[in-house]
Amino acid sequence: MSELQEYFGETHNMVRNTVRKFVDREIRPFVDQWEEQGEFPRELYRKAGDAGILGIGFPEAYGGSGGDLFHKIAAVEELMRCGSAGVVAGLGSLDISIPPILSLGTEEQKVRFVRPVLRGDRISALGVTEPNAGSDVAGIQTKAVRQGDHYVVNGSKMYITSGARANQLTCAVRTGGKSYRGISFLVIESDTPGYSVSEKLRKMGWWASDTAQIFFDECKVPAQNLLGREGQGFYGIMENFQAERLQLSVMANMTAQIALEESVRYSREREAFGRPISGFQVTRHKLADMATLVEASREFVYRVAAKIDAGKNQVKEISMAKNFACMVSDRVTYDAVQIHGGAGYMREYLVERLYRDNRILSIGGGTQEIMKEIISKHILGK
Amino acid sequence: MNIVVCIKQVPDTETQIKIASDNKSIVTDDIKWVMNPYDEFGVEEALRLKEKFGGEVTVVGLGPKRVTESLRTALAMGADKAVLITDDALEGSDSLAVAKALAAAIKDLEYDLIFTGQRGVDDDMGVAGASLAELLGIPHVALAVKVEVAEDGKSVKVHRPVEGQTLVIESGLPVLITAQKGLNEPRYASLPGIMKAKKKPLDEKSLSDLGLDSAQFGQEGRKVKVLELTPPPERAAGKIVEGETPQEKAAELARLLHEEAKVI
Repeated sequence: MSELQEYFGETHNMVRNTVRKFVDREIRPFVDQWEEQGEFPRELYRKAGDAGILGIGFPEAYGGSGGDLFHKIAAVEELMRCGSAGVVAGLGSLDISIPPILSLGTEEQKVRFVRPVLRGDRISALGVTEPNAGSDVAGIQTKAVRQGDHYVVNGSKMYITSGARANQLTCAVRTGGKSYRGISFLVIESDTPGYSVSEKLRKMGWWASDTAQIFFDECKVPAQNLLGREGQGFYGIMENFQAERLQLSVMANMTAQIALEESVRYSREREAFGRPISGFQVTRHKLADMATLVEASREFVYRVAAKIDAGKNQVKEISMAKNFACMVSDRVTYDAVQIHGGAGYMREYLVERLYRDNRILSIGGGTQEIMKEIISKHILGK
Repeated sequence: MNIVVCIKQVPDTETQIKIASDNKSIVTDDIKWVMNPYDEFGVEEALRLKEKFGGEVTVVGLGPKRVTESLRTALAMGADKAVLITDDALEGSDSLAVAKALAAAIKDLEYDLIFTGQRGVDDDMGVAGASLAELLGIPHVALAVKVEVAEDGKSVKVHRPVEGQTLVIESGLPVLITAQKGLNEPRYASLPGIMKAKKKPLDEKSLSDLGLDSAQFGQEGRKVKVLELTPPPERAAGKIVEGETPQEKAAELARLLHEEAKVI
């Protein structure tokens, strides 16, 4: 008999325990309140920073905690157990805004913009989407014009996770011509004159995370905040998408997993026609289908993650994994609410939130349709 | 200042405990095991004292191999080395036997302070710490919520809550202190700490390594025997007080409290 090949070893399990303890102590008791309030306390960033949770997956040289992709997955999975994907998305806005700084930035930029964020002292967000440019990343209109040692930025960024209180925005701007080659990344600090923020946007789900529109009006950004060279932004955005899509796949799997667990529990407790509904074949088969889908999706995502961790190109596979995971979580959260009946429509029950929170997963980080474009290009050629 | 912390591994406090078919033990199949929370306060306190006074923190655990994970967690928090007492003959030992094995492992270590949890959250005996101090011939101060070691590192003041007051006990060193909730807020084992812990020494000792006779341990060696485990009674269904008016309902409630519940 050969030994079982595992993705998670002892250190991963210990990370899991640490994050689980953190969730039990610092998040779970307050999570319903934060959901209703529409944000979690800023202090949570500091606490997660102190516990080294924010730094998982980032180099120790810049205040990170080190670790491989499966340490990160273990942490995200346990964070999702808090029951609010909004909290996870809010804490996780650094996961999409810090990598471009690490891959394109100078030593000075990394020290200045990465350390305080991983410590939890500053909040970092990513600004790519605009009112008129989402999936069409190359269509970004926010303009940055070089004037001496500054860029003057004009335009706006839309649906920015952690946007309402971010201290710094890793922001895609147009410094050159119309094509994707004209896009660059600037780190724009929120106290820069000409930077302003909308009210928190009211959303279908992810209530505990703040989302905002950000405006730049003759915003003077020091030229030293440019990441890499002018024109490197598009590459940075695309590279960044891999990690984001993996993370969203993991979030989808956990959303489905928790919806399944809630449904199993509820179906044992809830009685109809004189017996628990778990005794009816219609419920049992539904749960069997849900469990099968969750299992398949989780294994698929782990496999793709293992290949990414080993440095293999997985652009096609991660697009497939994200779509598959989101399809599974769409189906499973739908069925979970169905099993709960009227109760599933009530905020009192977790599946109601899971159902709402799930909806963004097949939109953010590249829509389902864009994923299919990527996959089909790989299959058919351009 | 050298400090020893004893660690017990217990079922996670959220585990649904099921009683095994022998009615004397619990089903351990699906249990998630964690470091006893009271021991965790001991680890944290030891680490804080080490940060102030220097020295080493040694964690000592007892039980099957899985206890390694709790010891590694303590190492990841910052302890320097670990000892695991593991031996099939230990299975089923009572608190006194556990204290004997711990004493044998600790007596040759250099220590100024020993921390144990005030009790394990599984059996709730609260005996191992005091027994260990007795076997080592050192003083024992229970239920610490504050530990102040003198600047010269030669004595300690321990605060213990008693009926809304605080009792402050002073002792010379070495001393064994049992940790109570409120002593501190334990730190998290961070990933860099976890990676470092992999390289820290973890010694395994069997009963014979410690010069102990295995006949004194396990079920046979128990001074205290478990006769039976029973689950807490199931909560009965609630009762809705009937009545047309608030007055009628109140009168009915008063009658029920008097006649049925017999509380008024």
